[in-house]
Amino acid sequence: MTTHQGEQLTLAEMRSGQSGTVIEVLGGHGLVRRLEALGIRPGKKVTKISSALFRGPVTLRVDNAQVAVGFGMAKKIIVQVDKYLPQTS
Amino acid sequence: MMRILLMGNPNVGKSALFSRLTGTHVIASNYPGTTVGFIKGYLRLGEERAELIDVPGTYTLEPSSKAEEVAVEMLKQGDLVINVVDATNLERNLNLTLQLLERQIPVIVALNMWDDTRHRGISIDAAKLEELLGVPVVPTVGITGQGIRELVKRLPEAKVPKDAPTYANSDERWTRVGDIVRQAQSLSHRHHRWYENLEDASSHPVWGVVIALLVLFATFWFVRFVGEGIISYVADPFFQGLWTPLLMKLSLALGGGGFWHNVLIGELIGGETNYSQSFGLLSTGLYIPFAAVLPYIVSFYLALGILEDVGYLPRLAVLMDTMLHRLGLHGYAIIPTILGFGCNVPGIMATRILESRKQRFIAATLISIGVPCAALQAMIIGLVGQQGVGYVAMVYGSLFISWVIIGLILNRVVKGFNPELLVEIPPYRWPPWRVIGEKLWLRVSGFIKEALPVVLGAVLVVNILYTLGVFDALADIAAPVLTGLWGLPKESVVAILVGFLRKDVAMGMLAPLALTAKQLVISSTVLAMFFPCVATFVVLARELGARDLLKSIGIMIAAVLIMGSLQNLVL
Repeated sequence: MTTHQGEQLTLAEMRSGQSGTVIEVLGGHGLVRRLEALGIRPGKKVTKISSALFRGPVTLRVDNAQVAVGFGMAKKIIVQVDKYLPQTS
Repeated sequence: MMRILLMGNPNVGKSALFSRLTGTHVIASNYPGTTVGFIKGYLRLGEERAELIDVPGTYTLEPSSKAEEVAVEMLKQGDLVINVVDATNLERNLNLTLQLLERQIPVIVALNMWDDTRHRGISIDAAKLEELLGVPVVPTVGITGQGIRELVKRLPEAKVPKDAPTYANSDERWTRVGDIVRQAQSLSHRHHRWYENLEDASSHPVWGVVIALLVLFATFWFVRFVGEGIISYVADPFFQGLWTPLLMKLSLALGGGGFWHNVLIGELIGGETNYSQSFGLLSTGLYIPFAAVLPYIVSFYLALGILEDVGYLPRLAVLMDTMLHRLGLHGYAIIPTILGFGCNVPGIMATRILESRKQRFIAATLISIGVPCAALQAMIIGLVGQQGVGYVAMVYGSLFISWVIIGLILNRVVKGFNPELLVEIPPYRWPPWRVIGEKLWLRVSGFIKEALPVVLGAVLVVNILYTLGVFDALADIAAPVLTGLWGLPKESVVAILVGFLRKDVAMGMLAPLALTAKQLVISSTVLAMFFPCVATFVVLARELGARDLLKSIGIMIAAVLIMGSLQNLVL
């Protein structure tokens, strides 16, 4: 399974364990500010840790902190996913 | 007097630092939002005394919850800020630091959690950071007290940095933060630690649920085991072996009857004092708080303290989020709810960590109706438990069902919005036993100080009103509801009225009525849901305001009438 280089996904679409760089936060000024205060802003490297069932919150790591964001917010965070090396079988 | 503010992001150890600086013990926990109001203490600065305020944590000076608004409000009244910075998350923390430096107030930085940096592969040059920020920077470890003396020594050096830059927008500020971090911090590679795998597992969709169930089960077991243990090995032997003989001597001295005998010792049952039935100040009045309730207060708060300081609760918030959204709340509402199981008062106060008015109203209402406090639970377990565990489960089941149904309805009816969860998940920490011990002592002594006078007062009032015959009249008035709807004897009106003072005493008053198991289930449920005790009522009024308080109480009365009648029909 490979991921194309430069693929952009929302945080909600990412798989657990995937890392990438935040490109953009779609949404109003309020949301951008709140996420930014927790360290989630364009240019930051993030790793998705898990997502709860039934469109529950997504947990991610940014720097040394773990943050849980609601599913709706996760859909507004656009991430450039790191290139995966093709698995040799 | 100089007023010093302790400010920083949530969960960076402000409260632990506050304890160290002032010698006052306050509650500190490993999750964001422990402090919702502000806490004051004093510290000695050379010859002078200065006031130190533990300000609720905030990520930014643009607040998004009531607790954060408090923080920004406080800033206007301070003379100096100790900015507590989490050294393991320098970048995010410095964003607040730079905002503070723009405010023309002297600042000193406490670089806290210093001990945690090394194993995380972080090395920070504190002197460089000091130079870049233009204000003193002191590495500290709040939990052990390392660096505190240095921090106090350097307090007078706190200053407004010379020509402190102001930033046109937050992007510019972040750029500056990035510059500072690059120059002052270096990172080295390190391995994942075993407990970090556990951290990841506890927010995993499947393993997380399994862990949550195990944790909840273990907590119930622990609370019950420790509580029962203290009752059977400490409290009961003390009361039966030492206290009863003393009371019997007093009884003899008082002539075995009369007004004072009734007030102090109560009625003798078969020639003996009976702690569950006599109802004197010195018999039941002391037995309820010390032997029936206190053991459970100790065991509950010990378990809660461990859960809090390990850092588990925010993970539970993530797992519960989807369900709580249906009730008009989000996952973080689980924290006030769990605090409410100890005492509704701090539970309702903690609803301030929720962002919207709708959430706060729903959370506070649900706590006051559906969440029984530890004192009441101790009595329910003691009294209803005698009839069988199944009956206790019926009480909890009914409360849970009411909690869910009222939440579902309120979510539809109450206007306003319910924002999504956005919360920092703290790292797991090994429980700091000294802190847990201090916190337990604080909460237990708080219970004794606040509850004991009310319990004794309630017992006294009941005795006097009995003597005056007031209750007979009330019983007749209340009979249609009590007997007609709920199938309870009309004498139980006394217990329900006393529930307004103390719910544990109220449960104690049900004991002499010889109720059937079904009646016990109904009366316990009614007591738990009905009018909050006076202390809860006061905070509810303060947090909600008069109008919302009336609405909340209307919901409460409707709910209790319906639930009690349903139980009477179904059981």
